[in-house]
Amino acid sequence: MIQTALIMIGVGIFAGIAGAILGIGGGMIITPILTLGMGLNIKYAIGASIIAVIATSSGSTIAYLRDNVLNLRVAMFLEIATTIGAIVGALLTGVLDPKYLYLLFGCLLVFSGWNMYRKLRRGQEVLQRVEPDKIASKLKLNGTYYDKAEMKNIDYQVENVPAGFSVMFGAGVASGLLGIGSGAFKVMAMDTFMKMPLKPSSSTSNLMMGVTAAASATVYFFNGSILPGIAVPMALGILGGAVLGSRIMQVLPARWIRMVFIPIILYIGIEMLLKGLGVHF
Amino acid sequence: MPEKTNATATEMAQVETIIGRILQVGVVFSAIVMGIGLVIFLATGNSGYAGDTVPLTMGAILLGTWQLKAYAIMMLGTYCLILTPVLRVVVSIYAFYKERDHLYVAITTAVLIILMIALLIGLTGK
Repeated sequence: MIQTALIMIGVGIFAGIAGAILGIGGGMIITPILTLGMGLNIKYAIGASIIAVIATSSGSTIAYLRDNVLNLRVAMFLEIATTIGAIVGALLTGVLDPKYLYLLFGCLLVFSGWNMYRKLRRGQEVLQRVEPDKIASKLKLNGTYYDKAEMKNIDYQVENVPAGFSVMFGAGVASGLLGIGSGAFKVMAMDTFMKMPLKPSSSTSNLMMGVTAAASATVYFFNGSILPGIAVPMALGILGGAVLGSRIMQVLPARWIRMVFIPIILYIGIEMLLKGLGVHF
Repeated sequence: MPEKTNATATEMAQVETIIGRILQVGVVFSAIVMGIGLVIFLATGNSGYAGDTVPLTMGAILLGTWQLKAYAIMMLGTYCLILTPVLRVVVSIYAFYKERDHLYVAITTAVLIILMIALLIGLTGK
């Protein structure tokens, strides 16, 4: 029992650090470890991973808010799309064949991975247009963040707000319907579509993830998907890991984070495409 | 109180600091409750319930917490953790209101309402 607790704390610390840096939920890390590694029923693994998402989000957001990395307006504006999407997704369960969603989002993620690779090669991180985007200005979405790696304030602009909003809506539908990918899609919408720099994208995704997950978490909480002996030590580990990760992320050069992010986003994308095509492995 | 300035960035920093503090209190509180539950669980080797039973209603969780049952305290801490993002949205509304940013008071309120609808659908639908 103590051994299980220690393992879960360890897994949590690792998932928390990775999740906080990349802006993705811990589900991708937690679910395989619990199902394949510990032989846990998928129901409990999903329950644990939704708690993991919230713990990562809340643990990292403390530092990201205090250190002025994330963009609260972008988060709240896009949160409208993800929460409505999540409701639509939940209502569409059983109506819409998930196959098409897997294909659509698989393609989007692969595209996004390619786009990130191009960004990496060009070395261009921050969008500076002479003429700021109209919608972005109206909604006061352009922002500033302090980059601890470069030790300066970085002003940035965003564009393609409707596209980002749409992808966020789709991300909400996907997470409501499929219960997956809450973080990767959010980073993609902000980084690839709205041209926001990676650090604000990842930290804003972290803040949003928790809000989207909170709605479904209540369901899992009361239907018995949460095993306290597993979820609690894991959540404690994640909180610690996320606090640590949110500090590490700020001093890492954005390029490094991108280099880690690209293979992960491609991996998720290809896995989804295969699922959509009916290939199981 | 901050004066009305054009420096949206400074205002934002203040809003974010307020939310950050309150969020921190919420997170630390849930971590402490979860931690106490876990320590009791590991120290006594007893979940407080028969077999694999986990208390699933608010009543059972609160009663169990009062009786210092490990699983009940752990579930209570987990529930507090689930509420921290909701707390974040609520505090954001207040913070934007303080900054007299009416557009974002409206946007954030909309998010809260949608979230509440989602919670209701979740509670009744499954």
